[in-house]
Amino acid sequence: MNGLQTGSVYALIALGYSMVYGIILLLNFAHGDIIMVGAYTAWLFMVNFGQTPVLAVIAAVAACTVLGVVIEKVAYTPLRQAPRLSLLITAIGISFLLENLAQLVFGAGARPVPRIFDMPSVSVGSVSLSGTAIVTLLVSVVAMILLNLLIKKSKMGKAMRAVSEDTGTAQLMGISLNKTITFTFAVGSALAGIGSVLYCAAYPQASPTMGSMLGLKAFVAAVLGGIGSIPGAMIGGFCIGLAEAGATALGLSVWKDAMVFAILIIVLIVKPTGILGRNLQEKV
Amino acid sequence: MAGLNKNTRKIPVRFGYLINTALFAALLLGGTKVIGSGAVSMYHTKVILLCGINIILALSLNLATGFLGQLPLGHAGFMALGAYSSAIFMRNVTILPPEALFPFGILIGGLMAAFIGFLIGIPALRLKGDYLAIITLGFGEIIRVVLLNIDDVLGFKLTYGAASLKNIPKTTNFFNTFLCVAITCFVIYTYIKSRHGRATLAVRDNEIAAEACGISTTYYKTLGFTVSAFFAGVAGALYAGYLGVLSPSSFGFMKSIEILVTVVLGGMGSMAGSVISATVLTALPEVLRAFSEYRMIAYSLLLVIVMIFKPTGLMGNYDFSLSTLIGRFNGNASKKFEKEGGKHE
Repeated sequence: MNGLQTGSVYALIALGYSMVYGIILLLNFAHGDIIMVGAYTAWLFMVNFGQTPVLAVIAAVAACTVLGVVIEKVAYTPLRQAPRLSLLITAIGISFLLENLAQLVFGAGARPVPRIFDMPSVSVGSVSLSGTAIVTLLVSVVAMILLNLLIKKSKMGKAMRAVSEDTGTAQLMGISLNKTITFTFAVGSALAGIGSVLYCAAYPQASPTMGSMLGLKAFVAAVLGGIGSIPGAMIGGFCIGLAEAGATALGLSVWKDAMVFAILIIVLIVKPTGILGRNLQEKV
Repeated sequence: MAGLNKNTRKIPVRFGYLINTALFAALLLGGTKVIGSGAVSMYHTKVILLCGINIILALSLNLATGFLGQLPLGHAGFMALGAYSSAIFMRNVTILPPEALFPFGILIGGLMAAFIGFLIGIPALRLKGDYLAIITLGFGEIIRVVLLNIDDVLGFKLTYGAASLKNIPKTTNFFNTFLCVAITCFVIYTYIKSRHGRATLAVRDNEIAAEACGISTTYYKTLGFTVSAFFAGVAGALYAGYLGVLSPSSFGFMKSIEILVTVVLGGMGSMAGSVISATVLTALPEVLRAFSEYRMIAYSLLLVIVMIFKPTGLMGNYDFSLSTLIGRFNGNASKKFEKEGGKHE
């Protein structure tokens, strides 16, 4: 059950990776650190400003969205035509910038985040479910359904799919590339914001480096499920979460991180496109 | 050959080698003597040694990033492998004095890193770009986690995990560090200028075209990656002998990024750039100790800004050559020089 809870957080974050990767083929290293910023925003609003959890959640999501768009505008847009290696290095740079800024502003230590959801635990038969786990699962499932609707039904979703399929042709059809990419970043970062709040509900603390490992694991989840695919990201997230919980249950918690990466390596070697990924052939 | 050299009015190749060797020997002996005489304080010597180690790291990563066009993010892992294997060797073998054993320690560190690099390279290099970055990152983390936990699992007394490996003979000195830097420069330079190096550059510039020309891309990628890992291992071995204490936490993702920043800043594909930026980035924080908390922020900002405004790095792919420099001073800058280096002036 713990596995499902962390898994759904991974899935939400993996969606952000997957969407951004699908549209501009960039592995957004800064995504994990956007989560970190979201967690700090929630902490700031609840502890320092004494606001209600609901407001803190809204603030966290808003902060993540704005940050994601700003990063895209400042760092990635000037490099649209640059080689992918430079883009990737920029993403790493942004990620480190955010981490170190957070360290400077909030200090290196972890800040405890108060309880966000105060729910009684529910017992179904012999299994007892914590209220937080239920909320996490529900929120992430609802978010994913909404995202799926957004991408399948709305006009913007159509534009996003078109751009990820063929950027040049999409532009010829009158789709504004910049608007679509910005929108993608906004949606992905908003999902990261939700993910950060849910993560804080499960592990109630915020620290400057929390994002990097979380982000990497979410990326592994995205790759496992097949990058660019939304249901794939969900499946991948749950798989990683369950695998981690399984490792902890077997008493191998120190090897947890190594195991996640081992999964990644095996997936990449055996089936680089992931469980639900499309096979893209590189052309000259 | 002599006639050709006269025609292009370039310093003869052999003469160029002679200059370089003489200069190298003078620097090596002079530096050892000056430092041995105590004219340079302990502290400054340490900074110089650290510069040397970082130069080797930057050069080795530059081979993989700048010349091969891949982005491995697990370079610290190879450094850790080299450091640990050399340190374990130095601690456990006592048939000779540590000074005499150190060359073997360095070699073992390098070979160990190269071997693991080879094993990792085969599957990892089938992937491209971001996937390669993330898979090497994964391997780097796995190496770190293994070093941290291997004692508990297998019951060895090898790495001592988080308690850190202590009492490693401190054998790194100016002489062997400088020698290693020179050897690294020499090997990477000759590798790049060789037939294999040209194939490597072709793979970087256009993999598909290179493959169509009959270059085995997998072979060259694995080769470049292995050589790069080897020198990272050498740097790790020197680091172990420099510090005397090793703990897995110093070889995290952060360290890999630091090396990457050095390479990117110096210019991907410029050896001179790597040397300069490694020296500056090592010496500068020592000078600006008061601002040490802003160091990483400055690093990351620098990385982003350089990428946005000058994606090729500060030196681009311009490389410094003593022979061409002397040729220019003699007032007979050759056509070849104008063609190759002149446009960067």
